[in-house]
Amino acid sequence: MSEGRIRVLIAKPGLDGHDRGAKVLARAMRDAGFEVIYTGLRQTPDQIVSAAVQEDVDVIGLSILSGAHNHLFPRIMQLLEEAGAEHILVIAGGVIPEEDIPALEKLGVSRVFTPGTPTSEAIGFIRERVGA
Amino acid sequence: MFDEKKLREIEEQKRKWEEGPVAKTIGRFPEMKEEFTTLSGYPVERTYTPEHIADIDYEKDLGFPGEFPFTRGAQPTMYRGRLWTMRQYAGFGSAEESNARYKYLLEQGQTGLSVAFDLPTQIGYDSDEPISAGEVGKVGVAIDSVRDVQTLFDGIPLDKVSTSMTINAPASILLAMYVAIGEQGGHGPDALSGTIQNDILKEYVARGTYIFPPEPSMRLITDIFAYCSQHMPNFNTISISGYHMREAGCTAAQEVGFTLANAIAYVDAAVEAGLEVDSFAPRLSFFFAAQSDLLEEVAKFRAARRLWARIMRERYGASDKSARLRFHTQTAGCTLTAQQPDNNIVRVTLQALAAVLGGTQSLHTNSRDEALALPTEDSVRIALRTQQILAHESGVADTVDPLAGSFYVERLTDDVEEAAREYIREIDDRGGAPAAIEEGYIQRQIQESAYDHQKAVESEERVVVGVNRFRTEEKKAWDLLRVDPAIEERQREKLENLKASRDAARVETALEELAGAASTDANLMHPILEAVRSEATLGEISGAMRSVFGEYRAPIVL
Repeated sequence: MSEGRIRVLIAKPGLDGHDRGAKVLARAMRDAGFEVIYTGLRQTPDQIVSAAVQEDVDVIGLSILSGAHNHLFPRIMQLLEEAGAEHILVIAGGVIPEEDIPALEKLGVSRVFTPGTPTSEAIGFIRERVGA
Repeated sequence: MFDEKKLREIEEQKRKWEEGPVAKTIGRFPEMKEEFTTLSGYPVERTYTPEHIADIDYEKDLGFPGEFPFTRGAQPTMYRGRLWTMRQYAGFGSAEESNARYKYLLEQGQTGLSVAFDLPTQIGYDSDEPISAGEVGKVGVAIDSVRDVQTLFDGIPLDKVSTSMTINAPASILLAMYVAIGEQGGHGPDALSGTIQNDILKEYVARGTYIFPPEPSMRLITDIFAYCSQHMPNFNTISISGYHMREAGCTAAQEVGFTLANAIAYVDAAVEAGLEVDSFAPRLSFFFAAQSDLLEEVAKFRAARRLWARIMRERYGASDKSARLRFHTQTAGCTLTAQQPDNNIVRVTLQALAAVLGGTQSLHTNSRDEALALPTEDSVRIALRTQQILAHESGVADTVDPLAGSFYVERLTDDVEEAAREYIREIDDRGGAPAAIEEGYIQRQIQESAYDHQKAVESEERVVVGVNRFRTEEKKAWDLLRVDPAIEERQREKLENLKASRDAARVETALEELAGAASTDANLMHPILEAVRSEATLGEISGAMRSVFGEYRAPIVL
């Protein structure tokens, strides 16, 4: 996996259109040397997982501000498992209440970054976990 | 505003001051930065003098409140005659819960309503469709049919309270539902006042709740203009919004430039559809953000009024009434921090002050906990009280446009206007706003500004209190508002009941007629009204139009 550059899929599950965070992070990751694919808005769990598998990414970054994370993340994690893609590192960000985070981590989301997190922190976390 | 001789004297004195006391002071205590800039990145000088406004002509550039070019305000007496409308954007869960929140806000002294819809409603889906799962009632109230709208406004006098609805792609459906419940309560459409957002172009750019491609979307909008010019004289037919583009990261001048470029596209579309400019333009309204740079924001609001007035006169030969820009303001959600949330009360106060000093017609103040969740009742009350303190205690509402004549604010007003004009020129060269959006120009400009801001925050060039400086140990357990997940099931039951009790044949005919009309150039408000009255659902009505118009696929701009 650490052959070449780290590949990241930035995905917007759910129906909300707030993509400032997703796009800023995508830009920062590109500047950090990652290869970044952005899905665009309103992606279903199926669309996200098949894009991740097709693009052979190392990391999925889920950005959500609609409050539907408790519904959508379990489905995404389940589909990843079904696709034999549990090795993909999943991180998340957006408006996600602190008290929801332990359950999401239990599902296999490696880290939930809350508002105000510097992009450098997310990038550092990926480097540490994926290498390269 | 000063004669040449006087200006030269001032210039000379300024030179002496800079070479003397300033140089001496800087020698001992250097200034904290080499270059000071506004939040939007424009250079800020040490001090401003009459030289900076030497080219401003009072009568031509400022004039009097309520008179062209409206720099000093939309009305002659402004808040001395009537305060701005205090209008908190609210809605969550079911129509019942949101109705209770509206009544609470009205009891607390709020003067207008502002409805937040959930995402399925905004994108034209019923609560029982698979795509809606997990989203029902989350960011706003779930509306499936006219029955929900009836519940939403139960006990609220529609002829007395004005209602703003943040609804875009399905704006005509929600407007029709509002008209229908007005009729049921004995109020004709002409008795209703309020606003629908109805601004699809900024949805493509920044907010994301589009359904149809641009062409049919623009047609739905001009159909609303035409319908309201005949039937709803007190309704703002559109709220052309810079807010969401600003939230997405653009600068103050970009906010004005992009918003007015979109506004030009709507006026062009309506004129092309055969409407007389002065028949609809007086009911256009605008919506801006109040960001944290207080004086830059005041200048922005003044510049927006002046530039729009000039555009309407220059391009369309419109009347002064059509040229008068009226706007709603919301404090900037993106400045709210999840860290030390009580600090947000202070941020909101300063931003609200900017809106009032800038002459807003209505105002939403954000709540301290909105970086974490939808606001609790306690938080909303503080936000509303903030407006009431500004209105009744601060004294800033007692004279019109109190910052006029400030060397700095007048200079900035001019600079923002000129920079915004430049963006409009650029967009004109690209064939107007719809073309500039299709090629991603506006999106790219916004993203560049957003990324620059992020880098400035991460390098601590921009201080965000409690985030990159002045941090403290966070108190964890905030009492947040949670939307009851059972709402989805309850909406599903309501839909089942509705479908079992309505006249199915009438619904079917209404939907067929709507789809038929969609393929002609008939005004769609009439068949939509009939569909709403037949109790067709929002998803069914949107579906009938989807079948004819198709769906918009957004280009990915990164």
